[in-house]
Amino acid sequence: MGKFTKKKEKGTPQVTTAALPDIIFMLLFFFMVSTVMRTESLLVKISAPGATEVQKLEKKSLVSYINIGPPKQENLGSKARIQLNDSFARVRDVREFILSEREKLDEADKQFMTTALKIDQDTRMGIVTDVKQELRKSGAFKINYNTRQVEEINYY
Amino acid sequence: MARKVPEINGGSMADIAFLLLIFFLVTTTMDIDKGITRRLPPPPDPNAEPPDIKQRNIFTILVNKNDRLLIDGKPGDLRNLREQVKEFIKNPYNQDDLPEKRMEQIQYLGEVPVSKGIISLKNDRGTSYDMYIRVQNELAAAFRELKDELAKEEFGIAYEEARKEYRKAIDKAVPVAISEAEPENVGD
Repeated sequence: MGKFTKKKEKGTPQVTTAALPDIIFMLLFFFMVSTVMRTESLLVKISAPGATEVQKLEKKSLVSYINIGPPKQENLGSKARIQLNDSFARVRDVREFILSEREKLDEADKQFMTTALKIDQDTRMGIVTDVKQELRKSGAFKINYNTRQVEEINYY
Repeated sequence: MARKVPEINGGSMADIAFLLLIFFLVTTTMDIDKGITRRLPPPPDPNAEPPDIKQRNIFTILVNKNDRLLIDGKPGDLRNLREQVKEFIKNPYNQDDLPEKRMEQIQYLGEVPVSKGIISLKNDRGTSYDMYIRVQNELAAAFRELKDELAKEEFGIAYEEARKEYRKAIDKAVPVAISEAEPENVGD
């Protein structure tokens, strides 16, 4: 019996914290790798429409974004505006934007360039059509309508 | 004559790592962009004549500024659009008013009929983007279901689960033929 009582020690045993930095570093690296730095802040309100047939956008480096929606700042009115990079733009600026985005890519990747259209669901199609026409003229044929994934869309 | 190097205290390493960790935690956005992918046609050649397409091969969908649908000349409902598109593309009874088919030799599938049907989508400037996406979604769903049906018939599995070569063969047999009409400035 004495064999068992001998082991008993007073106080709680210390948890070794030597591995703590390693664990934290592991988490740190995970977040560092998975992080995507937000380079632009949205100037327009965008609530994407829902769709069921969505595909994932792969290779983010090949994607350039065009945002269309009503301005966040209320004194700018509620009419849908186009945002390219960090500022408002007009329809005729789209072509230059596409050309400069294409310049950034490698020669081999240029054909895979995708333009993601992030458009608010209450926007009228007029401005969207104008942008699409500009995209056609600038040779950016691959587009992606950004949507939320929903289980079922409502018909009304 | 090695000099004694003073030991560096590593106790604060965890604190520094924590600080960085919290920074990355806060700045991380994990949203994966999703959406409906489409290919725009190249700009029209002003000298080229518009291609001659038989009336039976075109299925027109018009969306007006009140988000109402006109499907193949008749007022339609979004609920039925998917079935109508599938019926049009498949033409199961080889009707005269539904699109023609051409026989094509496709690897892994053999000789299969490929529909010549084209879905033509046209919207007003006043159409809401939400409605436009819902129509696009229905069209995408119709083509996805057609592909699924063919995959089940030929390979016994869903399109998504099929091998890459099989998926390519099916893509050839069921081409996604959605054409967007040249815009006209109406219904602002």
